[in-house]
Amino acid sequence: MTRTRVAIVGAAETTELGKIPDLSVIGLHADAALNALTDAGLRPSDIDGVATAGESPTSIAHYLGITPSWVDGTTVGGCSFMLHVRHAAAAIEAGLCSTVLITHGESGKSRVGAGGFNRPAASLSGQFEAPFGPMGAPTMFTIPVLRYMKDLDLSIEKLANVAVVQRRWASKNPRASFRDPITVDDVLNSRMIAYPFRLLMCCLVTDGGGALILTSAERASDFPTRPVYILGGGESTETPMVSQMEDLTTSKAFRVSGQKAFESSGISHADVDHLMIYDAFAHLPIYGLEDLGFVERGEAGDFIWDGHTDEGGSLPMNTNGGGLSYMHSGMYGMYALQESVRQMRGTAPAQIDGAQISVCHGVGGMFGASGTIVMTNQPS
Amino acid sequence: MSEPRSKKPLPRPTPETQHFWDGTLAGELRLQRCEDCSKVYFPPRPFCPACASRSVEMFTASGLGTLHSYVINQRAMPDSGFEAPYSIAVIELDEGPRMMTNIVDSPQTPEALVLDMPVEVTFEKLSDDIALPLFRPKAAPSDAAGPRGAS
Ligand SMILES: [Zn+2]
Repeated sequence: MTRTRVAIVGAAETTELGKIPDLSVIGLHADAALNALTDAGLRPSDIDGVATAGESPTSIAHYLGITPSWVDGTTVGGCSFMLHVRHAAAAIEAGLCSTVLITHGESGKSRVGAGGFNRPAASLSGQFEAPFGPMGAPTMFTIPVLRYMKDLDLSIEKLANVAVVQRRWASKNPRASFRDPITVDDVLNSRMIAYPFRLLMCCLVTDGGGALILTSAERASDFPTRPVYILGGGESTETPMVSQMEDLTTSKAFRVSGQKAFESSGISHADVDHLMIYDAFAHLPIYGLEDLGFVERGEAGDFIWDGHTDEGGSLPMNTNGGGLSYMHSGMYGMYALQESVRQMRGTAPAQIDGAQISVCHGVGGMFGASGTIVMTNQPS
Repeated sequence: MSEPRSKKPLPRPTPETQHFWDGTLAGELRLQRCEDCSKVYFPPRPFCPACASRSVEMFTASGLGTLHSYVINQRAMPDSGFEAPYSIAVIELDEGPRMMTNIVDSPQTPEALVLDMPVEVTFEKLSDDIALPLFRPKAAPSDAAGPRGAS
């Protein structure tokens, strides 16, 4: 292993998850931020760096009474927070700031103080995708899957099974939105949303937020919780238009981000004890397992079917229940990071005994962007 | 100025894409090709995405391609201009580039929409200024059973 110079010393989600009609978007950011500050035993005046997506860092800093000397408003969709972690770690190492607060809040269900989904009619996606009637992620993110199923021989049952395994993880998590076990038949009998995708293959839509606080590893032992060190990370983008992916059966952004994350952290795939792959839809863990190199092309459906990502498997994945069952506000990446932190702290509801390394992989847009963070609870 | 005749989200052409939308209005699918490296690309831009050359030419494509992937949306938003079920597809053009579209003149079913089947372009006029490139199954010339799908 190479270096662990920066640590996560504060991590929290909003007090409630699910339906939160009494908080607007900025209120959800603030609720999560205040919880993370409490978690770390810090006050807003201790924060000198702010990163966020969805709201501007200016708004968040002002709302919380923070005067930052470093800001990052990188907004590339649901994985923006992975990029914020990577950028914050670099900034802290470079001495640009000492203590960074990263916030997320989204009124995905209640839409309190939330903006619209429409893309500008003069943008490339507004000209060359929107006129053909995609209506949000369920009819966009899903378009590549038939190509994958034909080229790599993935059955609809194995696609459905992704949701089944994640529901089993969610059943162990009292904060998960959906906890009742489901079968492959249940998934295949649920309402058709956009062929071949049925309701239970699609993420839920909820309200919530989360926040992280990062500082230098030397200071990490001064905080009340077990430090979670940043071992490495990666990021990339491919296209703002799903129809323009180089290959509909693999994400270039995933491959580049994943490779950077493994190279920078100096770990091998066999070192990974716990994995989060952002699952807005059932095919994303399949693409992620392959594009990050955990399995060969075309093997991920069988890998999940055979139980490797399930409880007791060699690679426990999406142990909070994922975007399919835990929660999904729209930009789910923050919740994947929170679960990796819980697993590294040893405080997850479905804790993996002895887990030392967690890989947390996110997607932004519809295969548009990607961010990957490698965490460990072992100081180097 | 023109009155929109459709509730579909109308594209707003930019100077870099105007030739494409002029083409669809004239019943042509126009692509661009790099004069230095021969790359054919889409969506339109005044330079080559493969080699960054600004020497690019416009040409009229064959309008032929294959069905690369798709979903069938089961529920359209009210007043969206779409009636479910309808396909949202990615076509691979014979010239190489892929583009999003709808498959029309066909039942909107998995049985009728078979991956890699040949398709050909057709145009739907949405307003005085905008026609969309849509695609329909291409009947085999010697197909004794007649044209595929509804006409
Ligand atoms: Zn070129």
